[in-house]
Amino acid sequence: MDMNQYLDMFIEESREHLQAINSNLLTLEDDPHDISVVNEIFRSAHTLKGMAATMGFEDLASLTHETENVLDLIRNQKLTITSEIMDVIFKSVDAMEEMVQSIMEGGNGVLDVSQLVEVLRTIVSGDFEQAVQESAAASAVALSNETSEEIVHSEGTQESVTRNYELDDYAITIMRQSKESGHNIYWIHISLREDCVLKAARAYMVFDQLETLGEVIKTTPGVEDIENERFDRSFEVIYITARPAEEITNKISNISEVSEVLIETIQLPDMNKEVAASAPVAQKQKDETKGNTPAQNQTATKKVNGNKTIRVDIERLDILMNLFSELVIDRGRLEQLAKEIDKTELHETVEHMSRISGDLQNIILTMRMVPVEQVFNRFPRMVRDLAKELNKKVNLEIIGAETELDRTVIDEIGDPLVHLLRNSIDHGLESPAQRTQMGKPEEGVVQLKAYHSGNHVFIEVQDDGFGIDKNKVLNKALQRGIVTPTMAETLTDRQIYELLFASGFSTADQVSDISGRGVGLDVVKTKIESLGGSVSVDSSPNAGSIFRIQLPLTLSIISAMLVQIEAEKYAVPLSSIIETAVVKKSDIMMAHRQQVIDFRGKIVPLVSLKEIFSIPVNGITKEDEVAVVIVRKGDKMAGLIVDSFIGQQEIVLKTLGKYLVNVFAISGATILGDGQVALILDCNALIK
Amino acid sequence: MSQIETKTADEETKVIIFRLLDEEYGVEVQQVKSIEKLEHITRVPRTPSFVKGVINLRGVVTPIIDLRSRFSLEEAEPTDATRVIIVAVDELEVGLIVDSANDVVDIPLQAIAPPPAVVGGVEAAYLRGVAKLEKRLLILLNLDKVLSTDEIKQLDAIEG
Repeated sequence: MDMNQYLDMFIEESREHLQAINSNLLTLEDDPHDISVVNEIFRSAHTLKGMAATMGFEDLASLTHETENVLDLIRNQKLTITSEIMDVIFKSVDAMEEMVQSIMEGGNGVLDVSQLVEVLRTIVSGDFEQAVQESAAASAVALSNETSEEIVHSEGTQESVTRNYELDDYAITIMRQSKESGHNIYWIHISLREDCVLKAARAYMVFDQLETLGEVIKTTPGVEDIENERFDRSFEVIYITARPAEEITNKISNISEVSEVLIETIQLPDMNKEVAASAPVAQKQKDETKGNTPAQNQTATKKVNGNKTIRVDIERLDILMNLFSELVIDRGRLEQLAKEIDKTELHETVEHMSRISGDLQNIILTMRMVPVEQVFNRFPRMVRDLAKELNKKVNLEIIGAETELDRTVIDEIGDPLVHLLRNSIDHGLESPAQRTQMGKPEEGVVQLKAYHSGNHVFIEVQDDGFGIDKNKVLNKALQRGIVTPTMAETLTDRQIYELLFASGFSTADQVSDISGRGVGLDVVKTKIESLGGSVSVDSSPNAGSIFRIQLPLTLSIISAMLVQIEAEKYAVPLSSIIETAVVKKSDIMMAHRQQVIDFRGKIVPLVSLKEIFSIPVNGITKEDEVAVVIVRKGDKMAGLIVDSFIGQQEIVLKTLGKYLVNVFAISGATILGDGQVALILDCNALIK
Repeated sequence: MSQIETKTADEETKVIIFRLLDEEYGVEVQQVKSIEKLEHITRVPRTPSFVKGVINLRGVVTPIIDLRSRFSLEEAEPTDATRVIIVAVDELEVGLIVDSANDVVDIPLQAIAPPPAVVGGVEAAYLRGVAKLEKRLLILLNLDKVLSTDEIKQLDAIEG
């Protein structure tokens, strides 16, 4: 069988399972007695093993197999979890991730796992010989159980009363009515082949066939579980049809990858008797399910949260977005034309179209939103490893993981956050000994928090450590020549903290492996700013520090004000504009050789874009008034002098391409209604 | 160059021929995405002088560089014959302004010789080689070098 078509599916599901294993392992580490978590992990590992084996990734399969053995002992309480065992399991999961990563990158997923396998085996055999014996006995019992179950199955054909259908009154009523109208009621047990990859699809085909001939009134497990492939290899249905059993058997057997079909007629002799007879059996079966598969119970509770969703290839969403961007550009063009032609019908049509495309835009943008959870859920593991490495005790609190952000932002935000978290744990938190001395709890708290506010998303990394040592920062900055002594005197606390983001800065005395990799927080700042966001820091001595990242909700389409300077047009993002104003030239004052205006009681410096961008001058200088766009960055403001305001417009953000990188004060470009390119101003760079 | 020399005699490469001043240059056809007429260019401030700006190439914002200016040749006003050759190297997509672009020829790999130190005022570093075709002398460009962003980054460092 050609496996390539399943590769994507395999990769995606493996990653999900690995993620699940990882986060469950962390839960387990916190509470080693929680056997239900072990079951959860076991289930993921088991599925992963099955998938890997089917796809022919032997190393992955064998490693998962050995890990599974260890987990099996744990969940059967034959093995007590120790931190050594946890470490081995974590390492194994790392190796699995590595292999899946390699497969994802087109490799063959081959990795030397013999050492890990060896260690896992010694855990299973060496120290816990007795446990092994017990487990052998247990598996023997399990085996005999299985066989006896099979016997029950075959016996079931003769005597169906032994089987419990767990039917509710409604189903029984329907069955009774159908019986009376001459229909047959069957119990069908369908098994799929062991190597069946698309179980849900096969199950769907079975149901499809069944529904052409009759009616399915009940399935075990439930329909939703079957659709989501939450069943082992077989499932059961209660089925009403007018056709004979043989025909049904034939129909289903003809579906590929169905290995076995058991069918039998359900007898409904006497209502009361039936119910009475099945009740104790039901009780018994329920007990069994509890004992064997609590994991299934958990899936059931999880299922409740699951909304109805479909998976769409990200690429398709990107294409949709691009197509829509084109539409937005045309919309701009149409609006312009309608204005020129000035005909009521045209105006109305264009207006209507604009409204619809506005709604469409909202839908498409929200479609691209994904919860930050995607990025956040790899942090607990990272923080755990880091804390171990540094001998610190860290409690990572994650708040607001459900906050949604545009996918493009999500893709980029991971690295800066890793950097900030590492920074907080390495430089921010004290060692347990120091903490006890200072009267703080041994365990440091790092809080990762995401929330919406207006058109922005904020992500905060907060720790309860030392706080930032102002003097240390200042000294370092002086040493490195980032600030001059005269400047240093006038700096506020906050401005000093901001020095951390200056390039070539590192506060750790020793360069550690953790965050002193030669790159400082300036990398974080550059990255965040390239995403159209900003980052700030605040701190109080001995209470900790907080890094706050502000990000735009979306990077694709923004509202902007178009301005004209001589022959050139620029777009100023509305998010950074406070106001536009027309100022009399006589109101412009000079301060420190800098033009300033008095704007609502505040002194705002003026920035001449004409000078900064050396825009070719060919017109006559304007009257005695200038048009100014007041923009802000944090609580600082500046007035950009322009020739005229063109108007507000939705613009599609495009990059300048890889060739033109880091162009000063330009964050990107957009295509205007007339097909020309206008540059988007980066106001952050213009405000000093 | 050794790679080219080891090729067999009858192997050929297809190149697009364009003019700059009085010389004929060639870029391999695989690297050329399209040839466009010169249309409105939006100037990008604070970039090297050979970066003329960006254009809207069917919805993609594409940077344009003036090849004359890139090679420090004397600049000229655009004419009707002026073309923009859109080339793609790795992930870079850039338009090159040339005097004219009018031919596609097959060059036997054998005919390509290493470049002399300076050809037509262009430094050898930007060249892959020269090819002699009967009476014509073709200068083959080393686009990786021509499109290297090092100089832009350097400039950035000085100004920044």
